[in-house]
Amino acid sequence: MTAMTGTAAEKSPSVDDAGNVPAPAAKRARGEFLFFTLRSKKFLISISILLFLALVAIVGPMVDSTDPLAQEMLPMRHPTLDPGNWFGTTYFGEDVFAQFANGLRASFFVGFLGGGLAAIIGMLVGFLAGYRGGWVDEILNMITNVFLVIPTLAVLLVITSYLQARGVMFEAIFIGGTSWPWAARAIRAQTFSLRSRDFIDLAKLSGRPGWKVIIFEIAPNMSSYLFLTYILLFGGAILIAASLDFIGLGPTGGMSLGLMMYSAVTWAALQLGIWWWFVPPGVGIIATVGALYVMNVGLDEIFNPKLREM
Amino acid sequence: MRRYFGRKLFTYLLTFFVAATIDWLIPRFMPGDPITVLVSKTNTLSPTAAKAMADYYTQLFGFNQPMPMQYLNFWTSLFHGNLGLSLYGNGTPVTTMIMAAVPYTLALLIPAILLSWWAGNSFGALAARRKWLDNTVLPVGYVLTATPYMWLALVLSFLLAFSFRIFPLSGGYGFNLEPTLTWLFFTDLAAHWVLPFLSLFLVMFGGWAIGMRNMIIYELESDYSRYLASLGAPQGLIRKYAFRNAMLPQITGLALQLGVIVAGSLVTEIVFAYPGVGQLVFQAIQNEDYFLLQGIFLFIIVGVLLANFLVDIVYVFVDPRVRVAMRGGTA
Amino acid sequence: MSLQVSDLRVYYRTLAGDVKALDGVTFSVADKEIMGLAGESGCGKSTLGNSLIRLDGRMKYIGGSVKLDGADVPIWDDNEMIPFRFREVSVVPQYAMSAMNPTRKIGKMVSELTESRGLRFRDIKDELDRRIDLVGLDRDVLKRYPIELSGGMKQRVVMVISTLLDPSLLIADEITSALDVSTQRAVAETLVSFRDHGFVKSMMVITHDISILYQIADSILIMYAGKLAEKAATSTIIEKPLHPYTQMLISSLPEVGVRYRDKKLAGIPGSPPSLLDPPTGCRFRARCPLAFSKCVEEPSFVEVDTDHSVACWKVAGADA
Repeated sequence: MTAMTGTAAEKSPSVDDAGNVPAPAAKRARGEFLFFTLRSKKFLISISILLFLALVAIVGPMVDSTDPLAQEMLPMRHPTLDPGNWFGTTYFGEDVFAQFANGLRASFFVGFLGGGLAAIIGMLVGFLAGYRGGWVDEILNMITNVFLVIPTLAVLLVITSYLQARGVMFEAIFIGGTSWPWAARAIRAQTFSLRSRDFIDLAKLSGRPGWKVIIFEIAPNMSSYLFLTYILLFGGAILIAASLDFIGLGPTGGMSLGLMMYSAVTWAALQLGIWWWFVPPGVGIIATVGALYVMNVGLDEIFNPKLREM
Repeated sequence: MRRYFGRKLFTYLLTFFVAATIDWLIPRFMPGDPITVLVSKTNTLSPTAAKAMADYYTQLFGFNQPMPMQYLNFWTSLFHGNLGLSLYGNGTPVTTMIMAAVPYTLALLIPAILLSWWAGNSFGALAARRKWLDNTVLPVGYVLTATPYMWLALVLSFLLAFSFRIFPLSGGYGFNLEPTLTWLFFTDLAAHWVLPFLSLFLVMFGGWAIGMRNMIIYELESDYSRYLASLGAPQGLIRKYAFRNAMLPQITGLALQLGVIVAGSLVTEIVFAYPGVGQLVFQAIQNEDYFLLQGIFLFIIVGVLLANFLVDIVYVFVDPRVRVAMRGGTA
Repeated sequence: MSLQVSDLRVYYRTLAGDVKALDGVTFSVADKEIMGLAGESGCGKSTLGNSLIRLDGRMKYIGGSVKLDGADVPIWDDNEMIPFRFREVSVVPQYAMSAMNPTRKIGKMVSELTESRGLRFRDIKDELDRRIDLVGLDRDVLKRYPIELSGGMKQRVVMVISTLLDPSLLIADEITSALDVSTQRAVAETLVSFRDHGFVKSMMVITHDISILYQIADSILIMYAGKLAEKAATSTIIEKPLHPYTQMLISSLPEVGVRYRDKKLAGIPGSPPSLLDPPTGCRFRARCPLAFSKCVEEPSFVEVDTDHSVACWKVAGADA
C-alpha cells in the first residue's frame, strides 16, 4: 500500500467545498418557519379571512357610524349589498350591517379576552401540575375534573339570573374562567413529557427556582403548542359567547352576533321569513371560528415537519 | 379496579356537592333580593299587601331561618326529590315540569349523539384512506364544527320549514293535537322531531369526523403500523388496528363534549320551541323563575355526571392498558 | 452469494429538492455472514437498511438492483415486495420498543399477523414457543400486553417475531442504541445465536457503535455521505483500516485502559457535506488530511485485497 503522505488539506471546518458557510441552526429554523408559513395554503387563506373580518369589526363601525339600535321609520328593507344597505334592516328598521359590524367587534373582544384568560389559567394549572407532580398534581387534577364536568351553561344560568346588569367584560371573564380545563390537561401532559428531559435537569441543578424553569425553559419549548391552544380557546370562546347571548344570558345592552339571533327568534323572523336578520351573524361566526380552526391546522403543519405535505 | 372507580366516584360526588352548593349559594350572595323581585312581579301597589306577600314568600322559601338551617333544608328536600315550586308554572312543582320536558330532550339527544358519533367516526376513518373523500370531508367538517347550533337550526328551519314546507316550524307536536297513542300523533311527533335532530346531528358529525380522521392518520403513522407494514401485513390488518386504537380517544372525547352537547341541544330547542328542557330554561330565564332554573341546573349536572361515569366504565373495558395499570402490572 | 446489491440509489423527496441519501452502493453479503454497517449519522446506512425492506413515503427509488439468492428483489414496487417481506427479508427496527400494538396481547398480534400472511398460526405456534424459550423469556409473555414488558424484553420479543419465518436476510437497525450495556450484550449475543441456529441466513447490523460490531460482525461496511468507503473483515477494519475516514473513525474510539492525560482524543474536524447538493468527486475530500488533486474525481469502490474493498485514490492508486 502506498504510504500516507501528502499535504493535509488545511480547510476551515466551517467552509465546505462549495464555499458555503452553513447558517447557525437557530437562524435556519426561523427562516424555515417563514418559508413554510408563506407557502401554507391553509394558513394564508385563514389569516386573510380573519384579517378581513377584523377589518370589518374595527373599521366598520367607524366608517358606517349608524347606530345599530336606531330604528328607522321606514318599511323593512331587504339586503341589496349596496353601501348603506349591505344586509338590509330588521323588523324594527335597525340596520343589520351596523349590528353585524358591532357584533363582530364584541365577538373578537370576547374571543381575545376570554380565550386569553382561559389560556392563562390553563397554563398556570397545567404547568404547575405537570412540573410539580405529586400531591399538587392530584389536587389540581381534582379541581380540573370538577370544572370539566360541570356544564358551565348551568352555572351561568344561576349567576346571571341574579346579576341584572352585565357587561361584555363579565362575559369574557366568565368564559375565560370556565373553559380552561381542557387546556390545562393538554399543557400538563406536554409539561410532563418535557420535564424529564435533560436540559431541565441541568437547569434545576444550576439552582434555578421552579417558576424560572417553567417560564424560561419549559414554556419556550412549547411555544408553538401554547399558541395553537390559544387559537382554539379563542374560537371556543366566540362560540360559547354566541350561545349565551342567544339564550339571553349575554351582556345587557350593547350588540353581539348571538344577540342578533336572539332578537330574530324572539321577533318571529323565522315565521316572517326575515332571513337576513339571522343569517349574517351566523356566517360571521362560522367564518371567524372556521378560519381559526383551519389556521390551527395550518400552523400545526408548519411547526410539526412530519405533517407537511409534499 | 375498586380503587379506580372509587376515585372516579369520589370526584363525581365531590363535583355534585360543589355544584349543588354553588346552586344554593348564589341566590343568597348575589346583589338584589329574590323576594323583592318576586313581590314586584305581582304588581301589588299597596305596601301592606306587598309586605304580606314578602312575609309569605320568606316563610315559604325558608329565608327567615339561619343559613346553616337553610342549607340543611336544601339537602333534605333534595333527597326527597323536592326541587321547589315554579313561578312560571304557577306553583307547579319544579320536578313535575322538568319530568314533562325530559323525554323530548332525551329523544333528541340520545339518537343525535349516538348516530353522529357512529357516522362521524366512520366518515373520518374513510376520509383518512381516500384522498378525494378527505378533500371534501375535511373542509365540510371544519365548517360544520364551527357552526353555532342555533344558527344551523335557524337555517334548516328557514329552508325546510318556511321556504319549502316539508317540516313543521316549531313545537313538539301540532297545536291542534293532544298527546294520544295514535298513529297520527306519532307521525306528527316524528315530523316535529326531524329538524331539531338534524341540526344537532350535523354539527356534532362534523366534529367527530375531523377528530377521527386526525386520529386515524396519527395511528397509521405510528411505530406499530410501520412495523406491521415492514413485515408485509396487508392494509386491512393495519387499518383494523389503527381504527381500534383511534376509537379510544374518541370515547373519552364523548365524555368531555357532553357539556357542550347539552348546551347545543338547549339552544336548538329554543329555535324550534321544542318542548324539552332547553325551552323550559328559556322560559324560566324570561320569567325570572329562579327555582325552576336552579332545579334544571341540578338536573343537568346529575345527568352529565351519570353519563361521564358510564363512559368511564365503558372505557375500562375497551382499553386494556387501563386494566393493566390498575393491576399495577407495568414491568 | 446471499445478497447482492448493485449501484443502488435511493433519494429522499423534500420541498427543497432531492436529498441523495444513498448514491450508488455496490456490495454483497455472503451466506451465514453478519455484516456490520457503520458510519456517522446521516451517512445513509439507515436508508440502505430501510430501502431493502420498505420504502416509506418520502423515499424515491432511483436505480440499481438488489438480488437475494439470485432472485431480483423489487424494492421499487411496494406491492410486489409483500411476498418478500417477513419471509425472505425481515427487519428488527430501531423503534422495537414501540413496535407492537399497545392494545393487543402479544400472542394475539402474532397470530393475526401470521394468519394475514397466509399461514396457520397452529402450525408455527410450537416454533414460536421454542424461540421464546431460546431468548430467555417466559412463554406466558405471549398472553401479556406490551406495556407489561420491560424494554429489553420487548426487544427480544420483536427479534423473535421478525425472524419467525426464517428469513434469508435480517436487517437489524440500531437495535442496541436505546439499551444499557449489559442488555446490549445480551441482544448482540442473541443475534449471533439466531444465525448459528439457522434462523437467518445472513444479517446486516446497522449501528454507529463499532464496538458492538467488533463483537459480533464478520465484516464491516463503512459508509460516508451516501457512498461506500470501505468494506473488510472485522479484524482488518479495526486493526488495519486503509481508508482515511475509517482510520480516523477507529482512532477516535477511546481505548479501554488508556489514560488520556497526555494524548488527546482525535476526532474528525468538520461535518459531513449536505446531501441536497453533494460535492463532486470524493465526498470526504473536505475533511480528509490526505486529499490531493485526483480527489476531485470520484473514486470507485474497488477490491484492493481479498474481500477488502476501498474507495480512495490514495489507497487504490491514482490510476485505479
